[in-house]
Amino acid sequence: MSEMQQQKLPLGFLHGKAVTDKPEDLYIPPDALEVALEAFEGPLDLLLYLIKKHKLDILDVSIAKITGQYMQYVEMMKEFKLELAAEYLVMAALLAQIKSRLLLPVHKELEQEEEDPRALLIRRLQEYEQFRKAAENLDALSRVERDIYIAHALLDETQSQDVELPDLCVKELLLALSDVMARAQALTHHQVSAEVLSTRARMSHILSLLTENDGFLPFSQAFEHIEGKAAVVVSFIAILELVKESLIVVQQSDINSLIYLKLK
Amino acid sequence: MAKRLSDEQLIELIEAAIFVANTPLSKDKLRDTVLSDFQISLKRIQTAIDAIMAHYATRGVRLVKVGSGYRFQACSSLSPWLNKLWQEKAPKYSRAFLETLSLIAYRQPITRGEIEQVRGVTVSSQTIKTMLEHNWVKVVGYKEVPGKPALYGTTKQFLDHFSLSSLNELPPLPVAQDEKISQILSEPAQLD
Repeated sequence: MSEMQQQKLPLGFLHGKAVTDKPEDLYIPPDALEVALEAFEGPLDLLLYLIKKHKLDILDVSIAKITGQYMQYVEMMKEFKLELAAEYLVMAALLAQIKSRLLLPVHKELEQEEEDPRALLIRRLQEYEQFRKAAENLDALSRVERDIYIAHALLDETQSQDVELPDLCVKELLLALSDVMARAQALTHHQVSAEVLSTRARMSHILSLLTENDGFLPFSQAFEHIEGKAAVVVSFIAILELVKESLIVVQQSDINSLIYLKLK
Repeated sequence: MAKRLSDEQLIELIEAAIFVANTPLSKDKLRDTVLSDFQISLKRIQTAIDAIMAHYATRGVRLVKVGSGYRFQACSSLSPWLNKLWQEKAPKYSRAFLETLSLIAYRQPITRGEIEQVRGVTVSSQTIKTMLEHNWVKVVGYKEVPGKPALYGTTKQFLDHFSLSSLNELPPLPVAQDEKISQILSEPAQLD
């Protein structure tokens, strides 16, 4: 698209008066195109831009002329192989439709049936312009962080938040620790290993002890404490085994007296 | 603590509460929190607030009413100098963002499709997402049309951010000149 072609464009009419000066900023240089496309918020925005370039009110605009401008712009963008958003093409189609209708003679009956597409477009342009201005107004409003700074006071926390905490003595700390240890122990792995102390061996040991003591032995003497807890348990199991196998009996004369093991 | 408050004590307590609170405080919030030990009518709270407002009217800090309640903020005429305190400039919003926000503010509840209809372009998901993250807009319902699109509306935080106490304080929507359309259309089509 050359500047020559651009100059051939008919000049506009502003409020019925012919505008003799060519609007100088109508032509968008190719290198600015990409930037320009970025700058438009869609086809309505582009149309409004073109209308404003004519320094015309939306309502004074000649749809036919604007359609020509719009199409030129779209063609230019195509020429530079810029990807056009589908919305721009939809608008191009609508403008083409409006233009074709304007070329045809008007049938009075038909006109009443459907709305003039020009009216539809003008309404959409007006509505869009309305919100474009509203957006500018909104942007002009004072905003927190940009124009408004919120005032704050700090709360004196030494007075309100400082709760006296009770002292903790070492004893309680140790008790707490022992609880933790106990819990840790409960979670330790159980190791299964070969039996060091055989119940069978302990059984024969107790039997021999009984024989040595004339078949009579106080319960406590059946245990050898030096061997530790495990040995005590094994000895006890051995006694129970012996009772079960009816080799010995466990006797107690009364509730407070000693328990004796006795050979059968 | 005494169950009665003198007018002076009430003014002191409300003033301090609004100053230390992290968010604007409404009269209801004041009554239900700092004033919960006392039986104070909303009318008395309002009188106290009016007194504080009058007191600060000539100071660098003002008591103002915004969407979610009352807050203290620096007098806006001081902002050009105050902003030197911060290195970072406040974010600038794109036209797409502002136009979409305007449509939600003036036409709420509104669907994304309706926004797109007016703007003539698709609304990017990022734009809506940013607004939702800022808590400026929220989904207020779903339109009873196929697809049940979400209806968006503005929040109290939106009003707070723009220092508005209600949507009525938004600048009036520029008027469209409907009556002129028919006049234009009655004229013969101009072909160049």
